[in-house]
Amino acid sequence: MAMLELQNVDTFYGPSQVLRQVSLSVEQGEIVTLLGANAAGKTTTMKTIFGLVKPRNGTIVYDGERIDHLPTDQIIKRGLVLVPEARRVFSRMTVRENLDMGAYMQTDRATIAKEIERVYTLFPRLKERDKQLAGTLSGGEQQMLAIGRALVARPRMICMDEPSLGLSPILVQLVFDTIQEIRKSGVTVFLVEQNANMALNIADRGYVLQTGKIILSDKASALITNDVVRAAYLGG
Amino acid sequence: MHILAASSFDTGLFFQQIENGITLGAIYALVALGYTMVYGIIELINFAHGDVFMWSTIVTLSVAQALHIDHVLGGFALVGTLLLLLIVGILTSGGLNVLIERVAYRPLRRAPRLIPLISAIGVSFILENVAQLWKTANVIAYPVFFPTNAITIGSLTITYLDIFIFVLAVALMVGLNVFTNRTKMGRAMRATAQDPEAAALMGVNINQTISLTFLIGGALAGAAGVVYSMYASSVYFLSGFQLGLIAFTAAVLGGIGNIQGAVLGGFLIGIIEALATQYVPNGLAWSQGVAFAILILILIFRPSGLLGQQVPDKV
Ligand SMILES: Nc1ncnc2c1ncn2[C@@H]1O[C@H](COP(=O)(O)OP(=O)(O)O)[C@@H](O)[C@H]1O
Ligand SMILES: [Mg+2]
Repeated sequence: MAMLELQNVDTFYGPSQVLRQVSLSVEQGEIVTLLGANAAGKTTTMKTIFGLVKPRNGTIVYDGERIDHLPTDQIIKRGLVLVPEARRVFSRMTVRENLDMGAYMQTDRATIAKEIERVYTLFPRLKERDKQLAGTLSGGEQQMLAIGRALVARPRMICMDEPSLGLSPILVQLVFDTIQEIRKSGVTVFLVEQNANMALNIADRGYVLQTGKIILSDKASALITNDVVRAAYLGG
Repeated sequence: MHILAASSFDTGLFFQQIENGITLGAIYALVALGYTMVYGIIELINFAHGDVFMWSTIVTLSVAQALHIDHVLGGFALVGTLLLLLIVGILTSGGLNVLIERVAYRPLRRAPRLIPLISAIGVSFILENVAQLWKTANVIAYPVFFPTNAITIGSLTITYLDIFIFVLAVALMVGLNVFTNRTKMGRAMRATAQDPEAAALMGVNINQTISLTFLIGGALAGAAGVVYSMYASSVYFLSGFQLGLIAFTAAVLGGIGNIQGAVLGGFLIGIIEALATQYVPNGLAWSQGVAFAILILILIFRPSGLLGQQVPDKV
């Protein structure tokens, strides 16, 4: 049984339909990537999964339970978390407070402290800046914070919306290394990317979204050599 | 001539007006906090907030009348009455504010910004009209039960009531500060104010957090309603309209959405109003005009207020 499964999902903003019959699934332990050009509907897919917009039709099942009618906080409570597009760190809060927010669902202080320490080990830059306001961090540091904030929630599955966007090549590498680390620790990963090359290199499987429709789905190794993907997303 | 002018300046009177301004300012600050917290979290000018304050004044008046409180009290009777009226005022305004958000604002949360504002103005009228039906359009005396003693320092007179109002207001502000900065719920409230979607993604229940914000803002206005009634020794169904606009000015002066700003703005407006009463010719008639002149000046020259706005991040 899939960890996350979307079936025939239609999502609208007002009158305009953005997702058309989107179906996809992510198995436990996998890294699955969703590729697509700008405005294809990748972020809308994420928002729909997390209840930030409601699908008009279709079902979303997480861990055997329908979540498409749940409010966002109830979805988070089930161990499914999102690293949102554009990071969305709390700019007027310190690094440490952002991580505390990530641990909002956790009640055990010792566990929270341990998780935050783990994030600080993963991203020592954050530890150096733990009393600094998140709004004053560089883009790369904010991305680390956004990922760290998701990790302290102790998710069973993590979704990421273009975590490499706007980062220098070194930081992009760090982000993708981190994603592999996350998977190794037993967390399932669903990754939205425009950086198709990097994403397909670490993913098990991938989907290609074009103007709101899934037009391709295959093993990542097959997508890398797929002509359509090569032409559209891998620069020929 | 200059020496004469300087010597004719009555410093005693000046400091007395500062003292009056601080008392008034403490009340404005409590009400301003409600405007600023609500604006900070849903970007709505809660036009009904002044009337929520007013409802504390009329409900506590009824309670005081029902208990036949009509003379100065002391000891346990005084403490008990104060506690009772504060609790009633806080529950009235806090509860009312939560109810208003639930019925008049929440259904419109995704509507264009003007729509909930119109709803707020409508709620304001309803609260005023019902209050008028209940309490008539007359100014009604509020029982004087607090000791009217004062301490004097030179020519400066500070009443016990002024001291009580100041201490209560500061205690509530300190409490609010501890809550927002040191507790998990307070942190969730700040997170929601900055980016509600991101806060929801942390597992925060946004509706609950917004309700909590209205509860706290209303509660502070409720406490202000009790002490204001004691200070003015009267209640009036439109008192919230005037005081609300002044408190809103205070919130804008400090920087809307900014909690420290509302406190600073409240005290500043209180002091400016008290000084204007003294030094602007026919000042008493002008004191509210002065508040609005300030509002217009801030909007022109420093729209983000003295300490800066704190509104939700734009994404
Ligand atoms: N809040 C919104 N209201 C209306 N249209 C939107 C909204 N968000 C996104 N869209 C539109 O939906 C389409 C898909 O957007 P998005 O999901 O952000 O794409 P992607 O993440 O793949 O770049 C775009 O055409 C975009 O303009
Ligand atoms: Mg996107």
